Amino acid sequence: MANLEVNIGNLQLKNPVLTASGTFGYGEEFKDFISLDRLGGFIVKGTTLNPREGNDYPRMAETPAGMLNAVGLQNKGVDYFITHIYPRIKDIDTQIMVNVSGASIADYVAVCEKLKVCDKINAIEVNISCPNVKQGGMAFGTTCAGAAEVTAAVRQAWDRTLIVKLSPNVTSITDIAKAVEAEGADSVSLINTLLGMAIDVERRRPMLSTITGGLSGPAVRPIAVRMVWQVCKAVNIPVIGLGGIMNGRDALEFIMAGATAIQVGTANFIDPAVTVKIIDEINGYLDRNNFKSLSEIRGII
Amino acid sequence: MQPIDTIDRDIMKKYCLDFTVVNNEAIHELYSLLTLTPSDSSTSLPDILPGQFVQVRVDNAETFLRRPISVNDVDRDNHTLSLLVRNAGEGSRWIMNRRQGDTVNLMLPLGNGFGNIAESDNRPLLVGGGVGIAPMLYLGKCMSLQHRVRPAFLVGARSASDVLQLQSLQQWGDVFVTTEDGTMGEKGLVTASSVWNEEWTTVYCCGPAPMMKAIAQICKKKSLPCKVSLENMMACGLGACLCCVEKTVRGNVCVCTEGPVFDTADLTW
Repeated sequence: MANLEVNIGNLQLKNPVLTASGTFGYGEEFKDFISLDRLGGFIVKGTTLNPREGNDYPRMAETPAGMLNAVGLQNKGVDYFITHIYPRIKDIDTQIMVNVSGASIADYVAVCEKLKVCDKINAIEVNISCPNVKQGGMAFGTTCAGAAEVTAAVRQAWDRTLIVKLSPNVTSITDIAKAVEAEGADSVSLINTLLGMAIDVERRRPMLSTITGGLSGPAVRPIAVRMVWQVCKAVNIPVIGLGGIMNGRDALEFIMAGATAIQVGTANFIDPAVTVKIIDEINGYLDRNNFKSLSEIRGII
Repeated sequence: MQPIDTIDRDIMKKYCLDFTVVNNEAIHELYSLLTLTPSDSSTSLPDILPGQFVQVRVDNAETFLRRPISVNDVDRDNHTLSLLVRNAGEGSRWIMNRRQGDTVNLMLPLGNGFGNIAESDNRPLLVGGGVGIAPMLYLGKCMSLQHRVRPAFLVGARSASDVLQLQSLQQWGDVFVTTEDGTMGEKGLVTASSVWNEEWTTVYCCGPAPMMKAIAQICKKKSLPCKVSLENMMACGLGACLCCVEKTVRGNVCVCTEGPVFDTADLTW
């Protein structure tokens, strides 16, 4: 049994396997299939200051080796999370992180301020990369100035671990990563979904009510691995890699590209127990190759 | 078998299990009836309520996500469940092509089901259009066996050859048929059937959305409770991805967890 422990800033994870926001609900949805305490952590659904109804149906389209979604940050708001959901999940022995979204900088800060009462939430992931909302979201994440401004404001309000989730829908993701690192982010996670589109040719209509949506699944993995590799070379903070990870082999690709931890997203929809299998597969790989810890293979490319 | 009314849906455990195909009957050029049993003989068939569904894992290169399929029947004595599958694309074709002895991974039981049957609901009408008849067989069977209520089925199809599982339905209730070309039963759509002249206590309905909306309108005029089973496109089936939402009087809700069965009074139709 190799040592799978990793640190993201001050945050200790028992293993590098996290779940991607928006693909794992609040953890509870998966408790019949896995022991949640086996995970390195899970990141709950994107949370905003006020409740959001999200976009109209249809919000999803299956695509080659992946899917498009346009959920649009449907959630019941941070107050509901704190009052109703947090008490049910707070005692799970894993790191629970909240993905924070906002339409304005003030929104992001307000959500962080409110989350401070949750003493088991040791980290937040700031979402500046959602492609499915009109305001905020990706608008902040596509310029260095916007990304830096959100990060600086949140950093003032939140002294626990701060992860910033980056959009791949940019010319240079390394520039954005460097900008958020300079403003005090403890880590960056990448990639969020790629902006995509699909058309129902028979009906001559877009597949999604919003026309465009975010592409995820193994179709995006080579792009994600490349971006993680580039960002790992450009920043000194730990990088969390995600994008189409379906098994342990895929996860190891990200780690060899330099990622400290990984997130499993869309794969949870196909196999609700995939996260635990990935942990076992990473461990099996390390044992088979006589590696004592992940640091022996991290960033070797 | 535990009476279904005593099962608390909120604490029903969900499973992800391999099943073995016991039988695959092509009952029509477009439909197959698959009978499945847990592959591990020491695993018992999970409890399943009428109207609940399974997520079938499709292992081919052309598709990516699981396919939600409603449970057509459950046979406790033989530890089997059956799925009535319509050829609607690559995913359902893959399922239809499974042969006896093949393994299929299912996530189950999912969704709320049709709910408890009230004692006063002694004249239920179960309406199925096309493959929408699938959940009605198991619902009618449970009504008949556990509630000693003989339900009526109203089956809508294009033509006589598209009327599915007629004999199975007749085992549990009276069956009325409408066909668009008049080759069986009354000619026309289910909405034009003469059964609407009779008194009913609740209408249960599954089929194409325009059909369910039309039936919801009929029920509204008659002040009849109406429950419909929706089949919005889904990814996870567990309430995690929020893709399959339907607009209700309390906002967008997941069809996979709050549904697939809704009281039409809760919908914004």
